Amino acid sequence: MSDAPLEPRARSAIIRDSLGVGVATGAYGVSFGAISVASGLSVAQTCALSLLVFTGASQFALVGVVAAGGAPISGALTALLLGTRNTLYGLRLAPLLAWRGVRRVLAAHVLIDESTAMSVTRETRDAARLGFLVTGVSVFVLWNVATFAGAVAGNELGDPRRYGLDAAVGAAFLALLWPRLHRRRNRLVAVAAAAVALGIVPMAPAGVPVLAAAGVALVAGVLTRERDA
Amino acid sequence: MMWTAVIVAAVGCYLLKLGGLSVPPWVLERPVVERVADLIPVALLSALVAVQVFTRGHEIVVDARALGLGVAVVLLLLRAPFLVVVFGAALVAAVARLLL
Repeated sequence: MSDAPLEPRARSAIIRDSLGVGVATGAYGVSFGAISVASGLSVAQTCALSLLVFTGASQFALVGVVAAGGAPISGALTALLLGTRNTLYGLRLAPLLAWRGVRRVLAAHVLIDESTAMSVTRETRDAARLGFLVTGVSVFVLWNVATFAGAVAGNELGDPRRYGLDAAVGAAFLALLWPRLHRRRNRLVAVAAAAVALGIVPMAPAGVPVLAAAGVALVAGVLTRERDA
Repeated sequence: MMWTAVIVAAVGCYLLKLGGLSVPPWVLERPVVERVADLIPVALLSALVAVQVFTRGHEIVVDARALGLGVAVVLLLLRAPFLVVVFGAALVAAVARLLL
């Protein structure tokens, strides 16, 4: 880890790339807002999720479970399980960012997929912190503005099924899953998890099938030894 | 009920983030922990796709949503952006419901 200060050109390149990621990701917020109100949450609840939970896959999971008829609390549990990957990111970033006290407490809120991706590969602490902050803050601002816009628009539309918004939820989950399917082991786990979830849908309360599928990850993680490429 | 879920998710997800930044790195150095942590998002997202698209209540059903998912797969294979995938699937499902 080098503590060398950043050259102006490197600094502006990082800022530009990070803002680009922020704009692209923030725009998903429209779909989250629309899907959330279509799932039965109020505009205020939808905006609270984006402001306070602020980790996309977990938010989609919570409203997805509710949309499928699950208890809100099983939606929250699914959201927490998905949120565990941010813990993993934090473990990787902690020595790189090396923030303490109030800064760490604030930085934690914008610790998400994108801010991690834009900082974890940097070679200096300055570069990592800059990529993390510019990405995290720009995604946060745009995600919340877009969520509000999507929620209000979704509210005006009426029955979400007429616009296929129920199909949009599955597509959003698949798009989030897609980049993780490059590895064969992950594809096997994905198929097994879907099979387990569908297999117990007829008898389990809504929300439980998705949680049960997490057991597939546990079993596969414990039983496989080598990391296949 | 819903607000409780929102607050539980908010507090929990924040603590999961802060925990990662605060926990000593040796926790991750256990390979089993790392593998399980890698696989949990895969399993959950896949289960969410399946339940979201192929169930209604306690029944397994194949309807316009499955068609939407098929379109999403094609769009992802074509490397379409996230929003195109999501709204493309919605559009096809909506049109299918109109026509069928």
